Amino acid sequence: MLDTLEQHARRAAGRLPATAHHWSVRGVREYSEQLSVRQDVAEAPQRAHENGAMVTVIDGGLGYAATSDLSESGLAAAFERAHVLARASAGRTVIDYEQIARPAASGRYANLVERPASSATLPEKLGWLRDVCAAAGGDTRIVDRHATLWHVKTEQLQFTSDGARTEQHWEFMTPSVQVTAHANGVTQVRSSAGQYNGYCQQGGIEVLERARFRESEGPRVAREALQLITATACPSGTFDLILMPDQMMLQIHESIGHPIELDRILGDERNFAGTSFVTLDMFGHYQYGSELLNVSFDPGREHEFAGFAFDDDGTPAERALLIERGLLKRPLGGSLSQARAQAQGFEVGGVATTRSSSWNRAPIDRMSNLNVEPGDSSLEQMISGTERGVVMHTNCSWSIDDSRNKFQFGCEYARMVRGGRLAEVVRNPNYRGISATFWRSLAMVGNSETVEVMGTPFCGKGEPSQVIRVGHASPACKFSNVDVFGGAL
Amino acid sequence: MNRSLQSSGGYTDPVAFELLADGLLRIDPSVDRTSLYLRAETSDFLRFNRAALRQATSVQQAHVTLAVERGQRRAESTLTLGGEPALDMERLRAECELLVSQLDLISDDPWLSYPKAATHSRRDDGGALPEAAHVIALVHELAGVKLELDLVGFYAGGPVVHAFADSLGSRHWHRVESFHFDWCLYHRADKAVKTSYAGTHWDDAAFAGKLEEAARRMPLLTREVRTLQAGAYRAAFSPSAMVELLGTLGWSGFSLKSRRTGVSSLMRLERGEAAFDAGFNLDEAVALGTAPAFTAEGFVRPDRIALVDAGKLPQSGGTLNSPRSAAEYGVAANGVGAPESPEALRLGPGSIAQADLLSTLDIGLYVSNLWYLNYSDRQACRMTGMTRFACFWVEDGKLVAPVNVMRFDDDVLRLFGSGLVGLTDVPEFTPSSDTYGGRQLGSITTPAAVVEGFKLTL
Repeated sequence: MLDTLEQHARRAAGRLPATAHHWSVRGVREYSEQLSVRQDVAEAPQRAHENGAMVTVIDGGLGYAATSDLSESGLAAAFERAHVLARASAGRTVIDYEQIARPAASGRYANLVERPASSATLPEKLGWLRDVCAAAGGDTRIVDRHATLWHVKTEQLQFTSDGARTEQHWEFMTPSVQVTAHANGVTQVRSSAGQYNGYCQQGGIEVLERARFRESEGPRVAREALQLITATACPSGTFDLILMPDQMMLQIHESIGHPIELDRILGDERNFAGTSFVTLDMFGHYQYGSELLNVSFDPGREHEFAGFAFDDDGTPAERALLIERGLLKRPLGGSLSQARAQAQGFEVGGVATTRSSSWNRAPIDRMSNLNVEPGDSSLEQMISGTERGVVMHTNCSWSIDDSRNKFQFGCEYARMVRGGRLAEVVRNPNYRGISATFWRSLAMVGNSETVEVMGTPFCGKGEPSQVIRVGHASPACKFSNVDVFGGAL
Repeated sequence: MNRSLQSSGGYTDPVAFELLADGLLRIDPSVDRTSLYLRAETSDFLRFNRAALRQATSVQQAHVTLAVERGQRRAESTLTLGGEPALDMERLRAECELLVSQLDLISDDPWLSYPKAATHSRRDDGGALPEAAHVIALVHELAGVKLELDLVGFYAGGPVVHAFADSLGSRHWHRVESFHFDWCLYHRADKAVKTSYAGTHWDDAAFAGKLEEAARRMPLLTREVRTLQAGAYRAAFSPSAMVELLGTLGWSGFSLKSRRTGVSSLMRLERGEAAFDAGFNLDEAVALGTAPAFTAEGFVRPDRIALVDAGKLPQSGGTLNSPRSAAEYGVAANGVGAPESPEALRLGPGSIAQADLLSTLDIGLYVSNLWYLNYSDRQACRMTGMTRFACFWVEDGKLVAPVNVMRFDDDVLRLFGSGLVGLTDVPEFTPSSDTYGGRQLGSITTPAAVVEGFKLTL
């Protein structure tokens, strides 16, 4: 349907009054397929097709109207609704939208796909899931096994009254296997990369190979679930903490990504997702972490989940360091938020990361690919340099305050470190801290061999709410003197 | 018929859905059943920051899930509907053919279960909602110009429809025309008074009254802020705070599958190792909420499912049993959807008069709002989360000082078991304000509570 969108929309836009200052249309077509095998039983395949467009009109104020009716009359109705909202908001908006400079870039982007999901048949894909699910069994203490595959193919076309035109194509793949084991009153859940799909990447079937999904994930997850049910509880106390990439992604997400979103800092999210301990005057001055901390916005990173060439304002996206040698340099904020900060007297810069979850939501500042840059320590060096510590893997619980400061996170799996050597497995590991001080305790950063490219399909924010894809690539990292504790059982 | 449905109210109009159902759901000998589940809305979304408009969005959307079943096989597909009936019908017919062909490619699912007879229901809660332009002007005039408040908030309003039809003749229609406006009045940093105004009939005077009442509470936030030390505190939870605690309890707590696989947060209750207080009675009360009384598969939901009865599990087990889990575990289904999550939780009243909440607390922490709850040990029902907005230290039954945000980490079975001092006598209905994907129709009804030994950790 995107093939006729531009023609219909340009004709519909012709009906706007001459006072209309600017308009744009962003059409989205998305196909997804979710497959699931639980306890060796294939559940009903679920397909979904999304088709719709968001119309934006600036005339005094700003109005958005989303419609799934992509006919000329449907788009004309959307232009009319957006225009009514634009006029109604004139003089009552947070900034004069007519004065904001708009990008006029044009271009095309498509992520690398070696083997499209469509090159495999439905029985083939279900067969893979059966194999992975079966490979996670074979022990009576395993009480639940579940293997899933989620494929999404998205096309987005955006064009404006200024002549800008961007076209972007993506394919995403998210495999997952999860096992529940039980013995002697203890139940534990272990997953391949988090119960909320931490191993998600752009690409096709080749993503399954990078994840070692069919090769070894079923037996590995089952083995570790069985280790957990006989493990002792994680001890409480102050320990050095080594976080593996599948927990680092959550740590980055909650205590760096969200706090430096510029719209939060400007107060837009205070009624829902929260505010931030970061303020506009901190950029360029604030020591966010130790000198080992380098954090990048990297929309061009190969395979990573939230790569793109243009954000949903149409701004070309380029890699930038947001934190360099621990110093906070720039926020996650698109062109509009940057202009709003400037209007308050702060030249904080930003990056092209204004995004929407789909055709039916207006874009806001989001995380995209937000990564911790690798250091020079091997995992062996991090462990051997730890006298009394814990290595934690895979997030399963997350909670952080309104200002993104006081956090408490839990993991699925951990191993103690004693005298520089890996020791026993422990269950229900948790740790807590304060963002403003935690990153300053970063003591070692893993080298590129410890890096995993991960992410989440489920970052929530905004009013109306939007769930969006985010990528996080990170090495393993070591933090000193962290408050660690176990569960109640 | 060739006119655009969007221009005539779209799929929030029952005639449009009937046309689609009648045209598509003909008897097809190649399948046992074909069904349509519609979710449609026409919504105005307005977000404000500092009493000025940040974004105004109008959304017209309709998604339909088309499913075909034959024997123990099912395939389904969800599509956006455009609004051109002939085009929508053509796309659905093509998708239906594809789904039928998929049935040959998949294997039997022994736990698949679907209705075998036709059922019907109809609910239409009409409303009188304001134009978006009127709300924008009202907020600007009242909060921005007259009261000069730092208001940050969100208005969502318009009709939401859930409808179901199948080839057996079932027809269900559920339409709620409503609005939900919640906002914070900020004093500074993270100190704010949060208020909401929701319903089906908008009243300017009622909105102004709520706004002014919230503004009158602001001076309390200007008092010197107190920082509490980690430790156990006597505490009172407002209904808003209770919504967060009960909502998190609903995250796997009552699911039959979670109970049978041992991952429910209420496993200790199930095993008889712990109990809530005898005054703690919890239901899934669909008849009293705004959620549809039917599922996406066309099963009819009972008015009430007992989840906790006098602090313990009822004879029925106190679980939400989807048809799939019910078949797998050999128990009766009780009309809930696949996620087995409550959509209309209701905690029964206690005996503390609402006006006596703070005097019953006497000395301790008044928790207006909680935030970002999660389990720190799910099987132990141990939750963590943060206090938020306008929480106060209370002495002699009076609000004394706002408190800085604190993290709690506590066993909720203990908190509402041996720790429960009492519940207030009038449960408050809180409609869901969630808008992920679309506006949600769930709700939680709960009184306020006073507890002993609420554990703050950081």
